[in-house]
Amino acid sequence: MNGADAGRLKRVLEAGAFAVTMEVGPPRGGDPEAVRAKARLLKGLADGFNVTDNQTAVVRMSSIAASRILLEEGLPPIMQMTCRDRNRIALQSDLLGAWALGIRTCLCLSGDHQKAGAGGKLQGHPGARNVFDVDSVQLLRILRALSDQGIQAGGDAIDKPVPMLLGAAWTPLAPPEAFRVLRLEKKIRAGADFIQTQAVYDVPRFAKAIARARERGLTEKAAILPGVIVPRSAGMLRYMHNNVPGIQVPDEMIARMKDASDKREEGFLIALELIEAVRAIPGVRGIHLQAIEAEELLPELAERAGLLPRPEIPREAEEA
Amino acid sequence: MIFAERKPVEELIEFAGRYKRVAVAGCATCVAECAVGGEEEVRALVALLGMALRRKGTPVTFVPVMLERQCEREFIEGAVETLEGVEAVISLACGIGAQALAERFDMKPVFPGVNTSALVIREDDGLWESRCAACGDCVLGETFGLCPIARCAKGLLNGPCGGTRENGKCEVNEEMDCIWTKIVERAEARGELDALTEVALPRDWSNSRHGGQKRVVREELQR
Repeated sequence: MNGADAGRLKRVLEAGAFAVTMEVGPPRGGDPEAVRAKARLLKGLADGFNVTDNQTAVVRMSSIAASRILLEEGLPPIMQMTCRDRNRIALQSDLLGAWALGIRTCLCLSGDHQKAGAGGKLQGHPGARNVFDVDSVQLLRILRALSDQGIQAGGDAIDKPVPMLLGAAWTPLAPPEAFRVLRLEKKIRAGADFIQTQAVYDVPRFAKAIARARERGLTEKAAILPGVIVPRSAGMLRYMHNNVPGIQVPDEMIARMKDASDKREEGFLIALELIEAVRAIPGVRGIHLQAIEAEELLPELAERAGLLPRPEIPREAEEA
Repeated sequence: MIFAERKPVEELIEFAGRYKRVAVAGCATCVAECAVGGEEEVRALVALLGMALRRKGTPVTFVPVMLERQCEREFIEGAVETLEGVEAVISLACGIGAQALAERFDMKPVFPGVNTSALVIREDDGLWESRCAACGDCVLGETFGLCPIARCAKGLLNGPCGGTRENGKCEVNEEMDCIWTKIVERAEARGELDALTEVALPRDWSNSRHGGQKRVVREELQR
């Protein structure tokens, strides 16, 4: 499919290379060109591209459809699945459908509550009924069994297993902090192969969390990819610090951004320093780069961070 | 107890305005406890509706009725005479009581005066918080006595989502504790945090609403 390498992230991680992932939010409409335009901008910059599943409970093009469009454009998608809108029947059915369409990587999330409504910027659907038949840990376990044994949650077999690379999210710095590493352990035990974290700004605190994961042997069992969001203003940093659970931004960083005459450049410098710092933490095996509503910054960021070109990892045999 | 909140008075005025003689039926149990369907509330609503409809030029006679328990048939029998004398009823009981009345008087319109919304505990004067979701498969034994089905906005079973606020409150409602933070704190206090590392498996929801209408037969109690 146009040279698409759906299993790329898996091979990059297995080869021990430093992995890079990015995010492609589907549009609030049905125009495939909106996805294709972002795909053209980001092609070749990362080993996997997260395709969000109605994030902040705002209706968008489905994650399955947008993932397929990425494949057609030659980008390997990481299809996100949340438990908010689908029960175990629909989740499994959609995973099989995604597999049939060539998708090979899935990120399992509980999902934002339907009251989130884009943080109040849109009306959203706060009166919707939520599902949460299963949670993210249970979803991982269910998809692991479909992937590896070809067994459904209810115990029935499917015709053959649908091998998938499975991921999960981790917010190590949200309270209750003592439990966060145990929750990571549950996700890994339930079947997560890789972990993308909430955006990191406080590197020392994050490094302590990774150290706890390392002590429990978790960094051996799953690849941890810390999140880095390029800051664009002091206001954005302050907003995230105050409003996004699990994001801690040190005061000095906010001041530094505030005092900078060239915000764009300062944002790049901060992001580059963060990438370098988290990359040096033992147990970190990749990075998840985001530029919220400013994807055009990502090519330059990846270039300046020395992450390009992405390594050639030969495909030993064409996947089934 | 069962918790209910009064419907907007405009809805009740609209309903009552279709008739000449309407009963307002209270219940002395749960809805009296949550101050929405007890004797006082029945009296206040009768006065309010009576005045509103007189002003509209379509006066309605309201008949207050108190039942000890609207959800039990023998208590309804005690009010049959009064209720037979009205064209319609506004029930201030929970959905169970309102249906029990509607079953007894199946040709008479029974309109719910309240929205039944939760199983709660009274935390303080004028403050109630949910405690149970009647899910049919109690997990309190595994969650240190705090229910994540009723008290986590997402009903999560394997720990808190990433949305716990810095102060331990829920991202969906900053007035509410993240119940998983409370569960973890209680586990830590008892030195049993490891008990929460077991992966809780997908639940069987079939003993709740999801399994179809509930019907329980216990033969040993049948005569």
